[in-house]
Amino acid sequence: MHGLDFDVAHLLAGSLVLVSFLELYQDRLYALLNVYAAHALVLAASVAWQAFIQDAPHLYVTATIALVFKAIVIPVALHRMIVRLGIHREIDKVVGVGPAMLAGMGLVALSMVVMLRVTQEADPLAREDLAFALAVVLLGLLMMVTRRNAVSQVVGFMSLENGLVLAATGAKGMPLVVEISVAFSILIAFIVIGIFLFRIRERFDTVDVQALDRFRGERR
Amino acid sequence: MTFDGLAINALPGVLAVPVVAAALLAALPNYRASARLNVLATTLTLICALSLLFGKPQPSSYLLVDDLNGTFIVLTTFVGFTTSIFSASYIGHELEIGRLTPVAVRFYHAMYQVLMFAMNLALVANNIGLMWVAIELATLTTVLMVGIYRTHEALEAAWKYFILGSVGIALALFGTILVYMAARPVVGEGLDAMVWSVLVTRASAFDPALLDVAFVFLLLGYGTKVGLAPLHAWLPDAHAEGPTPISAVLSGLLLNVALYALLRFKMLLAANAAAIAPGPLMVTLGLLSLVFAAFMLYRRRDLKRLFAYSSIEHMGIITFAFGMGGPIANFAGLLHMTMHSLTKSAIFFAVGHVAQVKGTQRIADMGGLTETHPLLGWGLILGVVAIAGLPPLGIFMSEFLVVSSTFARAPLLAIVLVFGILVGVAGLFLRLNSIAFGEPRGPAAGTQASYVPMFSHLALVLVAGIYMPPALVVWFQNVAGLLG
Repeated sequence: MHGLDFDVAHLLAGSLVLVSFLELYQDRLYALLNVYAAHALVLAASVAWQAFIQDAPHLYVTATIALVFKAIVIPVALHRMIVRLGIHREIDKVVGVGPAMLAGMGLVALSMVVMLRVTQEADPLAREDLAFALAVVLLGLLMMVTRRNAVSQVVGFMSLENGLVLAATGAKGMPLVVEISVAFSILIAFIVIGIFLFRIRERFDTVDVQALDRFRGERR
Repeated sequence: MTFDGLAINALPGVLAVPVVAAALLAALPNYRASARLNVLATTLTLICALSLLFGKPQPSSYLLVDDLNGTFIVLTTFVGFTTSIFSASYIGHELEIGRLTPVAVRFYHAMYQVLMFAMNLALVANNIGLMWVAIELATLTTVLMVGIYRTHEALEAAWKYFILGSVGIALALFGTILVYMAARPVVGEGLDAMVWSVLVTRASAFDPALLDVAFVFLLLGYGTKVGLAPLHAWLPDAHAEGPTPISAVLSGLLLNVALYALLRFKMLLAANAAAIAPGPLMVTLGLLSLVFAAFMLYRRRDLKRLFAYSSIEHMGIITFAFGMGGPIANFAGLLHMTMHSLTKSAIFFAVGHVAQVKGTQRIADMGGLTETHPLLGWGLILGVVAIAGLPPLGIFMSEFLVVSSTFARAPLLAIVLVFGILVGVAGLFLRLNSIAFGEPRGPAAGTQASYVPMFSHLALVLVAGIYMPPALVVWFQNVAGLLG
């Protein structure tokens, strides 16, 4: 185990968790998108580093996808969408910043406890990566449940997927199938979301999910 | 051509026919032609699936056909075939009343075939990554179909389904990655460590702790797609707001596909003596879903929503049966799954036409169906009698097997099980009474319904309840043995 390899991988994966926390307390959509771009950037760096230390050139493809698609294309597109919809005002939160941050810390602690305990046999690099990845996934979930606005739920979902990519690249030698599929699924997911947002716009003039809740299924 | 040769050609057929059909249907503007092509494609897929039973191709790193998924594939393609016949008349009516535009119908038909492809791919996948991709694809297609009416309710349902489904699918991917991590030290790096048939032979040497955590993620992830309580929130909305053929396919097939994924991983865990037993977890979630859904049946005002909760209830029973394990419970679970798929899709065929005739899904606005539309009314009654598990229909037999095998092994669980089933039965009949009998309410105009799919399903369920062909029994016993 090279000391530097491990330290840099650790630093990058840890930064990803940190940026997830930054996302958690953003209260403006533009700021949230910028932080998401940073999230994807850190992910790209982390994946590229994994590609370098594992000597796995195909992971550079994943890193490039993360860099170009997630850090640039999606934030720009969402940015434009927000401008067109005129919804750049602040984000409606279900719970305040304080409780959300506390819950986030709890989730990170939980993922460390769970993952580090069960992966004692695995090599240290993979297990730390996995623990961080689970933390990112859980923080993404937390973000999805603490926001009412559709765009920020989507950002929560995308950072959750970033956590999955981190886990997949940390698992050494995992076949390319999955990485491409993950990237691909984000693409599809994004298209779906795009369609939805526009349809929602057509119908309600808002992307506040609470407005959707008012039309709840059970007909009265 | 020998049977072997046939089967080798059949496996690509099961996957290629829907893909080609989807491409054609996306390009075809004429509604009548595309409805026919849709039926033709599902017929061809069914033929390919049936010929898979006569000889299995060698498993590759990506595809596998064994007795377990053979059962699922035949069931999936059969219900896909009958649903396409129902769909032709249903969608024709929706087009007539202007609820769907011709472009939406074109999109609908193409998506129907993509969904068929995704489900077949998930079933034949030998690679756990590929299986995940296929289930994700199936989820995304159904999201698009649920939102196709573009009403407030449909959009809300599709959004909810999309968010909850994606979270579920994300958790399942994390579980899949953990399985790979567990396999890597034993099988070695690369493709082999994701091939299910390799994994299951080497599973005894995997790190049990890692497998345990992986299974929890997989259970929560794929369990969301199965519709197990408390992860079921998307299911009633998605069933109620989408087009009815999609409700039939969702309930009858997609829930099964997700359950199939879960069963594959259960077999993996069962092969490792040191890992946790997956059974008790599945038993708990199954019973919870059953009892919860049974109580939820009482206050439903929407007809499709009522039967959506009934699907949660039955998926609970099936998950419970597979969780109990052993030859009899597995046999009962398989039988119940088959019967539930056939019956529930038949019910949705009836419900679709009923909702079209009455112009609403509100239970309060429909009544006296047996007087105004005797065939539809009695078809619905027969379907509900079957789904409630009354003799002599097929579900009675499978439920009886589940209950009796549970009484022999865990009487306390059996009490909860019977309680849940009885509560559910009473809830269903309470609602059925007001729909089928009494003063006729709502429009009484005639209908261009297609009765063949509905009654052929119900006939199969009836026959299975009275007489099971020995060959089928042997087949199911064999598959039940595989499940361990």
